Amino acid sequence: MLSSGRTVSSRLLRPVTCLSLRLGSDGRAASSLQKGTQQPRGGKKTAGLTAFGRKDETSSKDMWKRELEKDELRPLYMDFQATTPMDPRVLDAMLPYQVNYYGNPHSRTHAYGWESETAMEKARKQQVADLIGADPREIIFTSGATESNNMAIKGVARFYQAKKRHVITTQTEHKCVLDSCRVLESEGFDVTYLPVQKNGLVDLELLEASIRPDTSLVSVMTVNNEIGVKQPISEIGKICRSKGVFLHTDGAQAIGKIPINVSDWKIDLMSISGHKIYGPKGVGALYVRRRPRVRLEPLQNGGGQERGLRSGTVPTPLAVGLGAACSIAQQELEYDHQRVSMLANRLVQKIMSEIPDVIMNGDPYQRYPGCVNLSFAYVEGESLLMALKDVALSSGSACTSASLEPSYVLRAIGADEDLAHSSIRFGIGRFTTEEEVDYTAEKCIQQVQRLREMSPLWEMVQEGIDLKSIKWTQH
Amino acid sequence: MAASTRSQVISLYRTMLRESSKFPSYNYRTYAIRRVRDAFRANRKVEDPKAVARLMEEGRQAVSLIQRQVSIGKMYETQKIVVE
Repeated sequence: MLSSGRTVSSRLLRPVTCLSLRLGSDGRAASSLQKGTQQPRGGKKTAGLTAFGRKDETSSKDMWKRELEKDELRPLYMDFQATTPMDPRVLDAMLPYQVNYYGNPHSRTHAYGWESETAMEKARKQQVADLIGADPREIIFTSGATESNNMAIKGVARFYQAKKRHVITTQTEHKCVLDSCRVLESEGFDVTYLPVQKNGLVDLELLEASIRPDTSLVSVMTVNNEIGVKQPISEIGKICRSKGVFLHTDGAQAIGKIPINVSDWKIDLMSISGHKIYGPKGVGALYVRRRPRVRLEPLQNGGGQERGLRSGTVPTPLAVGLGAACSIAQQELEYDHQRVSMLANRLVQKIMSEIPDVIMNGDPYQRYPGCVNLSFAYVEGESLLMALKDVALSSGSACTSASLEPSYVLRAIGADEDLAHSSIRFGIGRFTTEEEVDYTAEKCIQQVQRLREMSPLWEMVQEGIDLKSIKWTQH
Repeated sequence: MAASTRSQVISLYRTMLRESSKFPSYNYRTYAIRRVRDAFRANRKVEDPKAVARLMEEGRQAVSLIQRQVSIGKMYETQKIVVE
């Protein structure tokens, strides 16, 4: 036992020194990231999370950054939650507005403006509004879901602040929602960060009990970006409507992937992103209900475009691209969903049948199948990611992965620290093939087995030692 | 407009598959071929001449779209991916 103890320490120490070196080379970013994640959840906070960009899913991987050689093979893409490739049909719709039709859609005095305006309004009406069952006047074009979330949360809270000074959200929201709430807290608002259950879903009774007479807004995301769970938005909608509270939902990961109807679900505000639905980056939309009317204070002032809620020229090509992406998503929703479910099952079955101690995070049924988050016990997620360099994947948390802290989403669902460290998110989408899934599964199985063979923890588990009973250090 | 004959439909199907197979990007190529095949399969029972004519027109437009996107793809070709 003594000798095995020595190997344990030597094996465990090596990655630690290597990691501290890596952090040292990128000191500023790493320390600011760590500061962000160490902030307490419910208590008083200052705006400290601004270091994160929304869905800026590559920044944390800078430590292994290297460009591909000319004749090197490209890794295959399995990170559809970070972003999606643009559908060729979307690009085809956009290109005319990138070349010949360059008019300002707000120019009312000439044909250049009119043709751009027609295209923009078509995208708003027949495409974005139709996909979610809204009225075109309820759609505001923005630069993406981060801006939409900021606008919705800060805008509503600030508009009603004279009488209502309380906002409710959940602990598993995207960083931009949490960060907007932090800003509100610094302005004197009260924010409740609801915990979620073990399966990642919000407890409806707790939500209902948390609503106060001075609550103005509840913000719950439809589909989680890390674990793929689908919150019961229609039930939440009913609760909020009966209590006279507005419901905002971040639908970036849900739009075009699951059927959504804002009237049936009683949603008052919803954020939409272009690049998660095979559309262009840099565009999104915010749905703002007209009846009953939701009012918000604009973040951006100026020319009064988009009903004064979002001044600034609407980028016609991007709006057209978002529209095309929405209309294709509507057409293909069933076909894509069926295919993504089939591929996700194939991946999970293959991996689970070959290796033991793999845990799927999040509710097994209330979920979007294209986001599979697996924890491989006794394997460090970052090492597995490095070993799987032929597959573009991300560990559960993209924003926090450089900090060595486990994902806050996984911690919120009560995953053990070690399991939260060993998780990987597989994103499956419209363009994923069977071959890619098989390749990923095969590589993953091979690498997990290899890493486990090297792992002292795995060895100890095989010997029947309960890891939780070990006292690792004296401090 | 005269009803499309069986041979016209088959010819369109072949053209679409041929053009789709020219996509340089693995993922776009496999998607286009799969989608064309599945769309023709899903609509194989359509008898109504008007519906057939509409689908044929959509298909013809899709052919030009695929051709345009294939040429754009060829302009910015990149490395092959590991499963190719």
